[in-house]
Amino acid sequence: MRRAFAPWSDPAAKPLIRFENVTKRFGDAVAVDHLSLNIFEKEFFCLLGPSGCGKTTLMRMLAGFETPSEGAITLGNQNLAGVPPYRRPVNMMFQSYALFPHMSVEKNIAFGLKQDGLPKDQIADRVGEMLRLVQLEKLARRYPSQLSGGQRQRVALARALAKKPKLLLLDEPLGALDKKLREETQFELMDIQHELGMTFVVVTHDQEEAMTMADRIAVMDHGRIVQVATPGEIYEQPKTRFIAEFVGDVNILEGHVQGLENGLWRVKTPSAAEPLTIDDPDEVLNSGQAVAIAVRPEKMVIQRDPPPPGTRNVLTGEVWDIGYLGDWTVYRVKLATGEILRVTRANASRFVENPIDWDEQVFVTFAPDAAVILAE
Amino acid sequence: MNRRLSLFNVTSLVLGFAFLYLPILLLVIYSFNASRLVTVWGGFSTQWYGALFRNQALMEAAWVTLRIALLSATIATVLGTLAALALTRYGRFPGRTLFTGMVYAPMVMPEVITGLSLLLFFVAIDLDRGFWTITLAHTTLTMCFVTVVVQSRLMTFDRSLEEAAMDLGAPPLRTFFTVTLPLIAPSIVAGFLLAFTLSMDDLVIASFNAGPGATTLPIKIYSQVRLGLSPEVNAASAILIGIVTLGVIAATLISKRSALRSSKEAH
Repeated sequence: MRRAFAPWSDPAAKPLIRFENVTKRFGDAVAVDHLSLNIFEKEFFCLLGPSGCGKTTLMRMLAGFETPSEGAITLGNQNLAGVPPYRRPVNMMFQSYALFPHMSVEKNIAFGLKQDGLPKDQIADRVGEMLRLVQLEKLARRYPSQLSGGQRQRVALARALAKKPKLLLLDEPLGALDKKLREETQFELMDIQHELGMTFVVVTHDQEEAMTMADRIAVMDHGRIVQVATPGEIYEQPKTRFIAEFVGDVNILEGHVQGLENGLWRVKTPSAAEPLTIDDPDEVLNSGQAVAIAVRPEKMVIQRDPPPPGTRNVLTGEVWDIGYLGDWTVYRVKLATGEILRVTRANASRFVENPIDWDEQVFVTFAPDAAVILAE
Repeated sequence: MNRRLSLFNVTSLVLGFAFLYLPILLLVIYSFNASRLVTVWGGFSTQWYGALFRNQALMEAAWVTLRIALLSATIATVLGTLAALALTRYGRFPGRTLFTGMVYAPMVMPEVITGLSLLLFFVAIDLDRGFWTITLAHTTLTMCFVTVVVQSRLMTFDRSLEEAAMDLGAPPLRTFFTVTLPLIAPSIVAGFLLAFTLSMDDLVIASFNAGPGATTLPIKIYSQVRLGLSPEVNAASAILIGIVTLGVIAATLISKRSALRSSKEAH
């Protein structure tokens, strides 16, 4: 069980990093657009978004490689305006790792400590400590060109951690690793962050990576933050259609609000014969308003037999595609309207008698609280 | 790509190399001629090398040439590297294209014109012609070669290495000396060797700007040949050819190796 850690919901907590109305322009292009954001101490914070959304620019402003066109960034009590990168208590792990090719692993790790003018024995101790942390003791004298991708990634991490920065920035830290290694390293990064009690800010375009590691995720689009929340909230209560579609898979059904009935919204949609019933009490909607209903594929149930009368949220269609993934089976169901639904089912048992087959007529249902209403 | 050499390929290769190198080879062979007559083979001997080292005037000229080559190549390397840095690093400054063209101009400018204009300039500022004017003239000539070599290395340089150094606490100047300079050093050395050899064997520009006090080896050889061929000159030329060849080979090897390394680091 990981900690109950939520300083962002504590109004008395003081953020470590504050972006206040920060804008960054490159010529006419706006990379970051009037953005405000708080990041707290010891937080594992992810900036998630498609490429070109401004997440890298935001990180480079923290490191000091870009200066905001407007607005202020504060770290602790220090306004970072005009502070050059080499005077910031912030270190960064670069996407390309940026290891110095003419220095051995230990020299790479020692580089930052040398800049601080630490005595030699202290540098050696710290380098040894870092090598142990990333399990590279045996490769201390190797050069970066003699290392594998995963080993380089570790050296880059050790070098960035060596100075015990208040804040560590990681730019697509796992982007260059293959899938298996990426998963292992995700958990390692979390352990290291937890062990050292540092604040991590990670930039990634990989939603799975963000979901696994982050305490909170900021989803960015076009230089703005669309939602800042925990991975669970982002997935289960996305604020906009963009987030619902960017993070994970989702089925979107379009319709119009009919009204509120026993605390549940009734939504008329061409995709279903009967109006849908949705349990999303936080939304404030008007009758007749156009909305999108978002339902995750794993929250839909697919069956061959007609559901009992009175069942809510029934859609009918024909099996268009079946994809067997081992742990999951994905069904693509074509509705009468031509829309294609994605429904997944966990393969809980090894053998299924008379499984649902291609071209079969099926019923797809979902519970009222499985869906989210997104205002259009 | 493991094509066998055909007869045609071998013939054209031999003819090409013969065309290029036969005269030089002949000169080297005749430097070991025992006969005083330059064009008649009189047996093998190294006597002209001995005579060369006893020839005060030729040795004097060789020493001047070496000093000029070292000094001008050093200045050209510093200036050429700075120009390369400015051209690759400071994105778009006004007059960038003009500056690029101007740096490369001495490469394509006829040597006679470069020599003449420098002579006029030195006369105008009333600088006595001699050691220093040749050195300055050679710096002007060779700087652009250094710039070309260093610039091509800087183009492939991963800037995030410098950002990483700054991020770890190194101010810009220290970043340059601890990260940038060691990584571009091979190309700087290659540029230096190129500048050195160019200065060593230059005749035209040197003869425009030489004065009574200083004569370089190529000038000396040229003037001696006009008076009549001497086997000593053959010997001096053979040594010169040796030095230049070594310089060019070293420059090529060094820049090749650094290109290999930068492609590895980019991976």
